[in-house]
Amino acid sequence: MSKNTEFVKFDKVDKSYDGKVLVVKDLNLNISEGEFITMLGPSGSGKTTCLMMLAGFETPTNGEIYLDSNPISNIPPHKRGIGMVFQNYALFPHMTVYENLAFPLRVRKVQKDEIDKKVDKALSMVSLSGFESRMPAQLSGGQQQRVAVARALVFDPAVVLMDEPLGALDKNLRESMQYEIKHIHENIGVTVVYVTHDQGEALTMSNRIAVFNDGKVQQLSSPDKLYEEPVNSFVAEFIGENNTFGGEVTDISKDVCKVKLQNGEILANPISVTSKGDKTTVSIRPERALINPKDKMDNNQTGKIEEVIYHGDHTRVRLDLLGNKEFILKVPNSSNELDLKLGNEIKVGWNSQDARALDPK
Amino acid sequence: MSSETKQILTTDGIPLEISLKKAERKNKIKAFLLVAPLLLFLIITYIFPIGEMFTRSIDDKMITNMLPKTFKSMETWDGKELPSEEVFASFLSDFKILVEKKEHGKLAQRLNKEKNGFNTITKKLFRQVKRNKIDETQSIKEQIMKVHKRWRNVEYWQAIKRTAPPYTSAKYLKAMDMYLNEDNKITQVSEDRRIHRILWLRTVEVAFFVTVFCFLMGYPIAHLLATLPMKYSNLLMICVLLPFWTSLLVRTASWMILLQQQGVVNDFFVLIGLVSDDNRPEMMYNKVGTYVAMTQILLPFMVLPLYSVMKTISPSLMRAGKSLGGTPFVAFWKVYFPLTIPGIGAGCLLVFILAIGYYITPALVGGASGTLISNQIAYHMKTTLDWSFASAMGLMLLGGVLVIYWLYNKLVGVDNIKLG
Repeated sequence: MSKNTEFVKFDKVDKSYDGKVLVVKDLNLNISEGEFITMLGPSGSGKTTCLMMLAGFETPTNGEIYLDSNPISNIPPHKRGIGMVFQNYALFPHMTVYENLAFPLRVRKVQKDEIDKKVDKALSMVSLSGFESRMPAQLSGGQQQRVAVARALVFDPAVVLMDEPLGALDKNLRESMQYEIKHIHENIGVTVVYVTHDQGEALTMSNRIAVFNDGKVQQLSSPDKLYEEPVNSFVAEFIGENNTFGGEVTDISKDVCKVKLQNGEILANPISVTSKGDKTTVSIRPERALINPKDKMDNNQTGKIEEVIYHGDHTRVRLDLLGNKEFILKVPNSSNELDLKLGNEIKVGWNSQDARALDPK
Repeated sequence: MSSETKQILTTDGIPLEISLKKAERKNKIKAFLLVAPLLLFLIITYIFPIGEMFTRSIDDKMITNMLPKTFKSMETWDGKELPSEEVFASFLSDFKILVEKKEHGKLAQRLNKEKNGFNTITKKLFRQVKRNKIDETQSIKEQIMKVHKRWRNVEYWQAIKRTAPPYTSAKYLKAMDMYLNEDNKITQVSEDRRIHRILWLRTVEVAFFVTVFCFLMGYPIAHLLATLPMKYSNLLMICVLLPFWTSLLVRTASWMILLQQQGVVNDFFVLIGLVSDDNRPEMMYNKVGTYVAMTQILLPFMVLPLYSVMKTISPSLMRAGKSLGGTPFVAFWKVYFPLTIPGIGAGCLLVFILAIGYYITPALVGGASGTLISNQIAYHMKTTLDWSFASAMGLMLLGGVLVIYWLYNKLVGVDNIKLG
């Protein structure tokens, strides 16, 4: 059984609310069947608008959305058969948990015993069996969230949309819910389109992540690629932590380029620079730069410790390095022998492969 | 708490409960003082007048005080045959006192209400007493019976006895077009004199339909108000509240200008050819006028509670309903509508209660077929000066409202009301 790689397809979709500003610009996105795809981006980047267009609550200004090869722009939301989990759960407060879950089945005229069976199954899937007769107000936030997920899945939709579903939960609950949703997805193999502005959530749950900014998809790739190999400085900045240097390319070969900074010169991996004289922003992940490196590295610099912040499992060290006073290092808690004192000068090294020369900011 | 449980002491050794009371006493006094003016105001302007209304509506002490000895001696009378000599004697002595105080006229008036014909015979008796024609050494019964033949009729003595209790339900019965007959049985008045029952029914009918119209018109407006963006909804809110800023009289008067036969609405109908010029429909001085004007005036009372409830309903609920497969109608009917019930309840209760006691508007635009029970109350207050009857009807109105409130509580639950 081959999976449809164009199960959901955004084809040249534009969206504008006022006829002046494009919220979504020329969006082309293919989502394959059974995939967990996350739309990640800052608020106002157009990700929720995309979701609403898919759900049918907004219409594309231009372009077409296809669901299983059928154009859906003219199909009203209730006929699309897409499950949706809302940001504030949107459980019907006057109905019990059972009635909430039975709602999508009742409007589809499913038989009573069939409804009972499906509701039972959906509730046990989110481990809430026995909560049928509770009202939503009698449930905790996490339980409400799980009811909302169960309700979006109970009528076996082809696609489930989730609009920042964990936004209102506290940190611990959010993490356990992430795993729970991920496991549900793995078990039933439904296509999930997930919207969030929380990168941690996106990284742990998704098969692929679409990073949105300014109405455009900046990068669409798997979580590890997104983190390790950002294609532009926005993605590098938005996903994870990041040390940056602004400079100019002075020499360039296939795998390595020389970048002249304000006071110094470093070697970097040319990603979006092509020729001498290009302006660039070099991005290095904090954990890729090491203190007193034992292995030979092609970038070796000396920096002054400006601040030491204890984080439990690791210590963050802020350095003044090559004129960048916000250079962050993450030192694992196991390396006790280091002398991390304010004002000390320490040696820092990294490979030019990990220093990605991206587009200038 | 049983006395066996160990008393908890504060660090200073004072029992905790006493210490707590002491600490809270000041706040309690403060709270009471803050509420006191309103409490006093309510007692003076609300509870006291209602009590006063109640006593006035059932008060029938006048004759009880006028004929104390008569009623005392009547206690042993079986009421079938003419009363004994003793009753006649005490009646005469009571009557003499009244004559001295010049209050016999009042007595005649009140007794005449109880039974026609008392006026004449009391006057006759008065003349006999005035001229000292009655010899108290001889049988007083014989002498009084000679004054007029009606004094020999047992029915008149029964009528006197009926006025003995200091309280009466006559006014309430009258408001229901009923009275107590000679045998103390509740009887309906003759058909051509039954006016109050029609008025009660019409009042309830008008209040009911005004509530229905207000609901039908107010629900969409409230929904629009709750969902429109702020800048439009504010303007619309002002339009809804505008009637509140205009005097009730002015608004009613403007409806008179609009609805009269030569008025704006009729002119318009003639202009567009809906009706012919010589056949303009009457829209005022009947129920139509009352309905139109009252609906417009009471509309804000429906819109505001609905609005405040709808404002709290998240728009994502309707979306959830639709995304789960409900048609827009199903989503509305199963999700949105049930959530607005508290607002509907509050609005309907408010409008109905206000409508049931409405006075000015029906008085001005109601005409003969559009007047309500409140107009009847006002009529008795101002024209006939039968205040006890007006009080009785007012209290019946209040009782009716309380019954509706109770019914509402049984059906929907008062906790479900949301006024704002």
